[in-house]
Order: sequence, then C-alpha cells, then structure tokens
Amino acid sequence: MAKITVDGQQYEVDPKLTVIQAAAQQGIEIPHFCWHPKLSVAGNCRMCLVEIEKMPKLAIACATQVADGMVVKTKSEKVINAREAVMEFLLINHPLDCPICDEAGECKLQDYSYKYSVGYSRFEHDKVHKPKRIELGPRVMLDVERCIMCSRCVRFSDEIAKQPVLTFTQRGDHVVLTTFPDTQLDNPYSMNVIELCPVGALTSRDFRFKSRVWEMSSTESVCNGCARGCNTNIWVRNNEVLRLTPRFNDDVNSYWMCDEGRLNTFKFVNSEKRLSGPFVKKNGALTRVGWDEAIAEAVSQLKTFKKSEMAGIGSAYATNEDNYVFQRLMKETIGTKNVDVVPHVKEGDEDDILIRADKTPNMLGATEVGVKPADGGLSLKGILQGIADGGIKALYVLEDDIASIPEIAAVLPNLQLLIVHSSVQNKTTEMADVVFSCSTYAEKHGTLTNFQGRVQRIRPAVSTIEQDRALDGFSMSRWDKFASRNDRWGRPNKRDARPSWRIASAVASALGAKTRYNTAEDVFQEMATRIPAYKGLSYLKVGSRGAMIQHSSKTVSSRPTVSV
Amino acid sequence: MAEPRKIIRSKDLSFWQKIYIPEIFKGLRITLSHIFKKKSTYMYPDERFKPPASFRGRPVLVEENGEERCVACGLCSRVCPALAIEVQASETELEKERYPVKFEINMVRCIFCGFCEEVCPEEAIVMSQNYELVFNSQEEAVFGKDKLLTPTTRLHDRLEFLRQYR
Repeated sequence: MAKITVDGQQYEVDPKLTVIQAAAQQGIEIPHFCWHPKLSVAGNCRMCLVEIEKMPKLAIACATQVADGMVVKTKSEKVINAREAVMEFLLINHPLDCPICDEAGECKLQDYSYKYSVGYSRFEHDKVHKPKRIELGPRVMLDVERCIMCSRCVRFSDEIAKQPVLTFTQRGDHVVLTTFPDTQLDNPYSMNVIELCPVGALTSRDFRFKSRVWEMSSTESVCNGCARGCNTNIWVRNNEVLRLTPRFNDDVNSYWMCDEGRLNTFKFVNSEKRLSGPFVKKNGALTRVGWDEAIAEAVSQLKTFKKSEMAGIGSAYATNEDNYVFQRLMKETIGTKNVDVVPHVKEGDEDDILIRADKTPNMLGATEVGVKPADGGLSLKGILQGIADGGIKALYVLEDDIASIPEIAAVLPNLQLLIVHSSVQNKTTEMADVVFSCSTYAEKHGTLTNFQGRVQRIRPAVSTIEQDRALDGFSMSRWDKFASRNDRWGRPNKRDARPSWRIASAVASALGAKTRYNTAEDVFQEMATRIPAYKGLSYLKVGSRGAMIQHSSKTVSSRPTVSV
Repeated sequence: MAEPRKIIRSKDLSFWQKIYIPEIFKGLRITLSHIFKKKSTYMYPDERFKPPASFRGRPVLVEENGEERCVACGLCSRVCPALAIEVQASETELEKERYPVKFEINMVRCIFCGFCEEVCPEEAIVMSQNYELVFNSQEEAVFGKDKLLTPTTRLHDRLEFLRQYR
C-alpha cells in the first residue's frame, strides 16, 4: 500500500492506481472529461490537472500513478486557475445552443461550467462552425460543433465494441469527429457513446427532442431483452416510457447495454395494442368484462376438467414472483403435474460482450421457482403432444405469446379452454377463452434471475389505474408531484392491468386456496423460505445491484462476471 | 366568570355634526367637484384601456416571418412557478433544428409573473398587453399555439420595452 496525501488528508491506497482512481475511491472528485473507468487513458482533455509536490508542473491525475509519500492538491490556487483556463478554452468554440441540445441537464460541460468556470468569456470573435446534424449511424446523431475532442467514443468503439470506425480529422480548432470512409457507427452497442459523450455531440436519434431530461422521472429496473438482464433506468414522463439508459453494475453489464435492449424492450409498454382490461370469449368474440367476472369465468371453466387434462405454461418473461404463484396455482391448487416454460433462444445471436442467445430475462428464475414438470408430469413437448392428441384439453399460459411459434399455434385450436395472461393483444390472446390483462415489467415490483443466477429487482415506473405514483412510492417528476385533475398532464393514460402473481393468486383463492399475498415482497419472502436456491434472500439483500442464488441448474454459465 | 361586555363609545360629535345637514353639503361638494375633473373610468367595451409597455398581460409566443421564434427548450415550462406551460418539441428542417409541436399555457394556472419571458433565451415568449381573458370551461382555458402566436408587429411596444434591459 502506498501512503498518499490528498488535500491535507492521508490515505492508504493501492500503488497500482492512478491519482484520479485513488481519489475517486476516497470519494474525492477530480473533474474530468476524457477519463472513464472502463476505457484506456487518453489524457487529452487536461481537465484533471492537479498539483503534485516535487513535480515541476501540474500533472494530469488520470495518467499519473500514485507513489508512496505523494502529496496531491486538488484545490490549490494553481489548480483552480488551470481548470478555469481549460474551461475557457473548451468554451471558446462550444456553441451556446443548450436550449436545443438534448444533453442539457445531464451535460458534464454544463455542470463544470457552473462548478469550475468563471462564468464569462473573454473571446470576442466568431466561433468556428462545423457540420451539424450528421447521421453517424442508424441510431446516433452527431453535432461536431459541440464536440470537445475527449475521444471517449473513439476509444469505446475500438476497445469495447470492437468496431474501430471513429476518428478525428483536421487539426487545431478545426478537428472533426468522423467515421472512416464507407463506414458508419452501427455496431450493436453504438448507443453507449451517447452516455459516454460528456457533451451533446452524440445524441440518440430515437430520443431526439422527445423530452428534456429534467421533466422525466427515472426508475431503477432491469432490461428484459435477453438473459443478461442489464441494469437500466426507465425514464418516464406523463406515464409514458421515453427512454432506457444503462445503469452501472460491474457484475452484470458494467456501464453498457446493447442498442436492441435500449430501443426495443420498452415500446410495447406504451403500445396501442395494450389490452384495456380482462376479456372473456362470449359467442365466439372476446368481450371486455370486469375482473371478478373474468376470474369467476376462468374458475368455473377450469373446474370442468380433470387434473390430468390440464396444463400450465409459465413464462421466462414474467418475474420470479409471477412464476412462483403460477406454479403453486397449477401444481397445488389445480393439482396438475404438467407445467413447463417455453424457451426463446435465437441460436447465434450472441456475443462475448453482453448479448445472450436466450432472449428472455428470466429463464433460470422461472425453472428455479418451480415452473418445470412435477414428477411424472409432462414437459413442454409432452404438453403439445397431449394437446394434439386431445389428452390435454385446458391450458393456462402466463405472459408469453406462444401462438407466435408455428408448431404451438398449430395445436392450440384443439384446446377446449385457453386462459392467457398478456399485456398486449397478440396471436395467443386472439385464440384465448379468458384473457387477463397483466402489468408489464415497467409496472410492477418483482425480481428477475439472469443467466448467472443473479436475482435483480424491477420496480414500477409506469402506473396502472390501481396505482398512485405518490402513494405507491414511485419515483416522481416535477409534473407528477404537482399535477391536479384539471391538468391534461395530470390525467395520464393509465391501463387496467394487474401483476400476474396477483391474478394467479386471485384465481387460486377462487378455487379454494388459503394463501393470500398482499405484495410482491410477500411472495418473495415465501419463496425465500420454501425454495432452497432463494434461501435467506430478501428484497433488501437484492438491493439495486442484485444477489446470487445458490443455483442447481446446469444452464448457468461458470463465468461469474463479465470482463467488459 | 364571563368577561363584562366592553362598551365601545361612538365618537363624540359636535353640534353642527349632530344636525347633519352641513355634513351632507360637504359630501355633495366633493362629489360635484369630480364632475369637472378628468374621468378615470372607461366606457368599456366601446372604449378600452391601453396598458403601458411595462404591463404584464397574458403571455404570447412571438411570431417572426411566419414562424415562432421558440425552439422548445422548455425553460419557461421549468421556471413557471404555477406549472402552467407545457411544451413538446420536435425536429424542423429550419436552421434552429427544434420547434414546439405543442405549446400550451393553462391560463387558469398562469399567475402573470413574467418569469417565462425573463428566462427565455430567444425572446420568444413575452407578456402582451392583452388582459381580456374569458373562458367558459377548464378546457377552453388551455391556450394552444393557435391562440398564443402573435406577430412581432403587434408586440412592438413590449419588444421595445424589453430592449432596454438587455
């Protein structure tokens, strides 16, 4: 260990660290633009200049290794003057278009202007003009004028995404970020450069001008795009999800997430195809009914079948809580042994960075909580065969569009009863006799278990008609806090949906089961006592970074962490 | 025990005040003197008050060359203490890149403080001299771009007034 002194305080730190890393570990922030914990050191922004005793000049904290006895000053007059000078240079050619810039509100340059700059400019001449509105790739927009040449995006594409297409051309104040001829920034991780960019030079084409960042609330969640389960933030305004951003978790996704997950895993929450409530098939047509009627209809129909004539299909998209209550309903209350889950694996669509071939976020979790055939029960293949043969007459499906798979769709018409939980209208709901509209992952509490066996929390970000943002402890934007019924933005589009565990629990109660759950946490607590893999876990222990289960399954990769 | 009731004595009046008649004439004299003074009322609506340029009437969007100056930055919306302003931005082919596809001021919420005008980086929202606000329902009180857009020619006074403080 090396003993260093930072701003008069002594610390013992690992001698392999650089000054900026050592300071960060001690909670001291040294301002920086180009340095990033997961990228190589470039040392070109000069913002992290600090004074180190016995060094002739100021040194950049990001590229200076700590040494025993080193004395660092981060707030001396010399350092402050140097920072102000760096900021003045950066702002000379930076356009004053914060009002139209999407980065405004989460911009490092904006923040540092307040913290480390003098507040005025001595520069009187015209700013250098450079290309604006450049489509750098299918998902990323570039504004060269705003660029401060930190090269984070260049290093990210080279080192993390392994697609070295970005570079700087020209010199001096005419430096331009560009792609090499005939290439574009289109790798599956390209949108990470948007968060990496400390200014608004790189922005999302999907989110462009949709909302100011301070108008949205952000909720910690988990991506449901694949078995990786990248940690995310859900950004919501007026009860509508507008964007997802990655959230740091070194054990799962580091600072990154893939473009597919970022763009295509939330739009169904706002979709016009969302079900308006529960439906029951009457005279061949699905009719909107109340919850009690739908549950009564499902129960009365289920009672007409023998135990062996029924089967349940859980969901690798639903939470552990949903699957747990579902399998209890199927196995204990209804009493069938035929329970399984449909895998959604896209062979070959995976890489060494984050993307997994298994496109469901909770396959391991579903099987661990008991969505698998009981002893002597039929597996998925057996259930489908049974439906084709006429042995299985009633099927209960949890949050999965099974009819989108042709082999399954072919046998479904043989069924006499199909009960489906779904949040949107799809092929399966069209064939169903009873449809329960269930909450999406953005509307409920719960946990998902990723391929590593890491249990991670999801939290509601969008409210359904039964929920209230304030009373149910949602994260709130300023609009949410002060809305009244008279405001149009105070009357958001809320859906009549319930979490699947609640629906399954209500069906079980109607069939005579004794157990009742009030919250998803109640379900999890029961899981923690009854399922060995979840033993000792609680929502508190899962926290925001997740916790490992003691898994028994062989599908789990032996690699504990990602090296990204 | 209850407090004894306080007796409030009326002012002692003099003899001349008590006989009342001279006081009536005193009052009438004041009334009559106003006949010859300048009128401070208007025969509304035939005659209308034109407020000075410093007047803070209802906020409007400045329209220049057929386009709003507004770039939908949302600062007025953020600064508004009454949360009266709702802005939705979108992209435009114009050089300013961004424009408000929706700009609504809830006139029931508006408190005419003028913060929106003060914070605007484009001088795109200003307080007009218009004080006539009538609506029959909450919905009608939400003014959209159609009601808010006002050409610069009609805002000359206010824009000149603001120029002094730039």
